[in-house]
Amino acid sequence: MNGNVKASAAPAETRPGVTPAHRLAALARAEFTLLRRNKLLMVNAFVIPLLPIALLIPARSGGRVPQEAAVIALALLVLVLLLFVVYYNLLSSYVARREELVLKRLRTGECSDAEILLGTALPAVTVALGMVLLMSLVGTLALGLPAPENPIVLLLAVLGGAAVFTSLALITTTFTKNSEAAQITSLPVIGISVLGLPWVADALPQSVGEVVPYLPLAPVAELTMLGWLGLTPGGDRVAFAEIFQLAWQPALVMLAWLVLGAMVAHRYFRWEPRR
Amino acid sequence: MISDDPPVIETTRLRRRYGGESGFEAVSGIDLRIERGELFALLGTNGAGKTSTMEVLEGLVAPSDGTVRVLGCDPVRQRRLVRPRMGIMLQEGGFPTDLTVAEAARMWAGTLSVPRPVATRVRNVLAKVAIDDRAGTLVKQLSGGERRRLDLALALLGDPEVLFLDEPTTGLDPESRRNTWRLIGELHAAGTTVVLTTHYLDEAEQLADRLAILHEGRIERLGTVADVVADHPSEISFDTPDLPLPELDGTTVTTGRRGITIHTHHLQRTLTQLLTWADEHGVRLPGLRASTASLETVFLSIAGDSRSAVTEEVSA
Repeated sequence: MNGNVKASAAPAETRPGVTPAHRLAALARAEFTLLRRNKLLMVNAFVIPLLPIALLIPARSGGRVPQEAAVIALALLVLVLLLFVVYYNLLSSYVARREELVLKRLRTGECSDAEILLGTALPAVTVALGMVLLMSLVGTLALGLPAPENPIVLLLAVLGGAAVFTSLALITTTFTKNSEAAQITSLPVIGISVLGLPWVADALPQSVGEVVPYLPLAPVAELTMLGWLGLTPGGDRVAFAEIFQLAWQPALVMLAWLVLGAMVAHRYFRWEPRR
Repeated sequence: MISDDPPVIETTRLRRRYGGESGFEAVSGIDLRIERGELFALLGTNGAGKTSTMEVLEGLVAPSDGTVRVLGCDPVRQRRLVRPRMGIMLQEGGFPTDLTVAEAARMWAGTLSVPRPVATRVRNVLAKVAIDDRAGTLVKQLSGGERRRLDLALALLGDPEVLFLDEPTTGLDPESRRNTWRLIGELHAAGTTVVLTTHYLDEAEQLADRLAILHEGRIERLGTVADVVADHPSEISFDTPDLPLPELDGTTVTTGRRGITIHTHHLQRTLTQLLTWADEHGVRLPGLRASTASLETVFLSIAGDSRSAVTEEVSA
């Protein structure tokens, strides 16, 4: 009997090996086509992220950007990329695919659950990374921003932030009925993220301010300042090597959000509409 | 077909419960064995457990109890091994509505273990279900029947060895339905194992090698159409006559509001007795009807007290 089971478990015909990369590419390609056909999501992905950098144009003096203006612009850039390009757009896509019964169908195919979610997220994360790259080029070459001090930490900030906000999007889908409802259900995450901006945090009463470094956006903003400007939360300038030593703490906070977010999403995420 | 081949699908005491220990049990102990190349139909009323059973066979959920093997594997735990060899058409599966038919099919093909590039394969399968002329149309502009055909096309894209079709022809016009039947027939002839659920008894009669009638999560009948019909009695019915009926051997007689129904396994003999008696006593039997068992009568007798329900409907 065992022999039989084994024999029949081997494919009757040789099927070509299709890697996870193939499957992810197919999903991402379709998702990117869908992004192109949705005006709201297009504006979120390609227009809104330009605004923080546009702020730099009037702030320049003598071809250089004052440090305070650079801090504000970069913090806003990260906020906008993670909230609009990643979080809001993915929330909207995941909910739409769930309600259209696309997620249900995808689960009847060869993709694993993780591949389905990742494939859907790829265009948004790619756009976010692309925007950071574009802005570092345009900002450095044309708008008088300094070149990123430690690009590795900067990349880590954006990628890690994208992962955290993807998991927050997955959690938000559990109480979002359709993609229109996302306009309301996204508000709590948007709210606590805005609190993580450095100057907003400074304006808060001290007792509230103490939790700010642990909010989801705070470590991303902190790592961005470190990686791009070499600037600590205390306002000191540090160089490449030192940046790594200072980066582990916010990176841990980020990791904690990621693990927590992934666990909650895994437990509560629904693949089908509520009946 | 070699008889000691392992079955393509085998379940033992399969159960599926929703909502924990005290929850609703949709599938209550099903034993199935489906051989390679068979076309097997699952029949039953809404809520009989057809889709719940299919979802377990497809590996979308694990059974709450009992075992399931598809192509010798556990379809949930060994999903990677078996899924590439399966094609699944859900009762209700969706497409991203802003993609065209061709884009949706290309996306799906891109996730399957099939030779690349996939463009020719996509064209062929769309032609098979006669939807190739809509390749550039957005999915949201398709009719219900066209969507159903696209559904079928996606299930076929990976050249599956086992094909699961959950109500493949629901919502189709008669012509598309025939076309779908022809297509399923061709796949069957080419050796594909097919498991389908349907509401249409003629569909099962037309296509299936064997079928199971499910009721409240259990298999009530299993076998070929001939097997299933064989042990079901024939039926004679007429309005209540003026004289009481004579003794008729081996029959059950029920008297309802509208008339009398006789169930017998020997239609010709019982009918002869009945008509001889009527003739001798000058009794008229208005509304006299006699019918051998059909898949429909078997199905309706299982699905509930069908005959009286139908009669009430007519009299209402």
